[in-house]
Amino acid sequence: MLGFIIRRVLATIPVMLVVALVVFLLLHLSPGDPAAIIAGDNGTQEDIERIRATLGLDRPLVLQFFTWIFDLLQGDLGVSVYNKVKVTTLIAQRMQPTLSLAVFTMVFAVSLAVPIGILAAWKVGTWVDHAIMGFAVIAFSCPVFLIGYGLVFEFARKWKILPVQGFTPIEQGIGPFLSHLVLPALALGLVYMALLSRMTRSTMREVLGEDYIRTARAKGLDERAVLLRHALRNASVPIVTTIGLGIALLIGGVVVTESVFAIPGIGRLTIEAVTQRDYPVIQGVILVASMVYVLVNLAIDLAYGLLDPRIRY
Amino acid sequence: MRRFRRHPKIYIGGFLLAVLVLLSASAGLIAPYDPIELDVAHRLRPPSDLHWFGTDAYGRDVLSRTLYGGQISLLIGVCVSLLATVIGTTIGLLGGYLRRLDAVVMRVMDGLMAIPGILLAVAMLSLTRASVQTVILAITIPEIPRVVRLVRSVVLTIREQVFIQGAVASGSRLPRVLFRHVLPNAMAPIIVQSTYICASAVLIEAYLGFLGVGTPPEVPSWGNIIAEGRNFVQLAIWNVTFPGLFLGVMVLSINVLGDGVRDLLDPRMARRI
Repeated sequence: MLGFIIRRVLATIPVMLVVALVVFLLLHLSPGDPAAIIAGDNGTQEDIERIRATLGLDRPLVLQFFTWIFDLLQGDLGVSVYNKVKVTTLIAQRMQPTLSLAVFTMVFAVSLAVPIGILAAWKVGTWVDHAIMGFAVIAFSCPVFLIGYGLVFEFARKWKILPVQGFTPIEQGIGPFLSHLVLPALALGLVYMALLSRMTRSTMREVLGEDYIRTARAKGLDERAVLLRHALRNASVPIVTTIGLGIALLIGGVVVTESVFAIPGIGRLTIEAVTQRDYPVIQGVILVASMVYVLVNLAIDLAYGLLDPRIRY
Repeated sequence: MRRFRRHPKIYIGGFLLAVLVLLSASAGLIAPYDPIELDVAHRLRPPSDLHWFGTDAYGRDVLSRTLYGGQISLLIGVCVSLLATVIGTTIGLLGGYLRRLDAVVMRVMDGLMAIPGILLAVAMLSLTRASVQTVILAITIPEIPRVVRLVRSVVLTIREQVFIQGAVASGSRLPRVLFRHVLPNAMAPIIVQSTYICASAVLIEAYLGFLGVGTPPEVPSWGNIIAEGRNFVQLAIWNVTFPGLFLGVMVLSINVLGDGVRDLLDPRMARRI
């Protein structure tokens, strides 16, 4: 058991190393002089030299990489080129809106997607199934901003029920905090819901064809117990794995959603950094986002390894 | 009719997509106005007989711009899907077949998969001058690992089969084994995956445009139209809804077509997904 945990934790190291390498090389393999790109069209020769010196771009590439990695390991993501603030501070300041939106969306999407996926699998081939799967493919194809602006128009402007945009920190009251999250989470959650319900349906369908399900039904077990206790439990590994893998999709969607609803989170920070050519910030955001993805998936795998003795690497 | 009954998704998706391809391809003939011609006197006009989809903040005709925008989306969708499929398949074939290469390739792919695709694309585009080519490249790279993993998993099952051993025993060289014997057997899932990549590329292109890092702003892509329209969304929502609907229907039609092709080519996978 301990061996399994250690192996799985160690397996994240090469993944994060590759991420770090990609993020590092992005700046250095791009055509042109990175210092000149960061300085922008109006940058003078002095600006370029200054940026080159502060970012250490004048040193050998290998040396740059190792100093960078060394700083990373100490939790130092560098300093913003634009306002000289530490990248870790900038990211920490913007964490709450993004994290709230992501968690709220996930809870909402999972709590709806799994039941409707089970329902579709149970009623496979009927109109209920077709309706759910039709809804899922439409939701999966719908651009976040189309749903977002549609919701803003209907709920916030016509009916004036919910705030149009922005974010209220949780310290200012749970009511305003949640009401600002409802529309963004709905816009973002539909895609995630579609993905999950499709996955739930297909896995459940496969499990429902197993012999032990027939046995459970034959011994007169009531259908709810068959579905939830026998089928869902065995179908849960791929479903939870999809929840984890879907986080990459979710993070991408968060960037767009924050833009639609003017939420001052990590996504907006990224876009601001892009317009200011603030490369250390862009690198920092990518690293943190990838780390979140890797850690969540690590947690999911470990939890399953502990709960389900069949899973070993 | 019977064929339609058996594979309705191919017909529905294919029909919708064909309509959109036709509309976009013939934009030069059917668009009522020049998509980039300014007409400041008629800015932000709601949909009317003159301008079916209204006009934008510079008085440009939203219908004409939307039709031309379809060309960009289709071009990028098809290019990304072809590029990602070809590169991903080659890497996946080699990785799945050559054990030594496999470990390295898969670690790199795991690392790439951990980076959210949109963020990676945004970062790449922030460093280069945005053009249609760089956008294609920026969307392609994050999609490659999906193809590699799929191809590799198929290759791992195929490589153990007797006919592959036979080909190797009869002296076939590696490229011949891979492309003549392994690849054809992996084709069905690859084709299906490439349609999904096309749909996702069309969507991501619009997101990048919307975020302001996609194709140059003067190109009337759907993302750019919506990005400009969002500043006036409270006054003129048609700048967002019409291109957004076209975008949604295009992505939907490709996804439905992909589901249909999957059901047709690979009944086993159809049962799984």
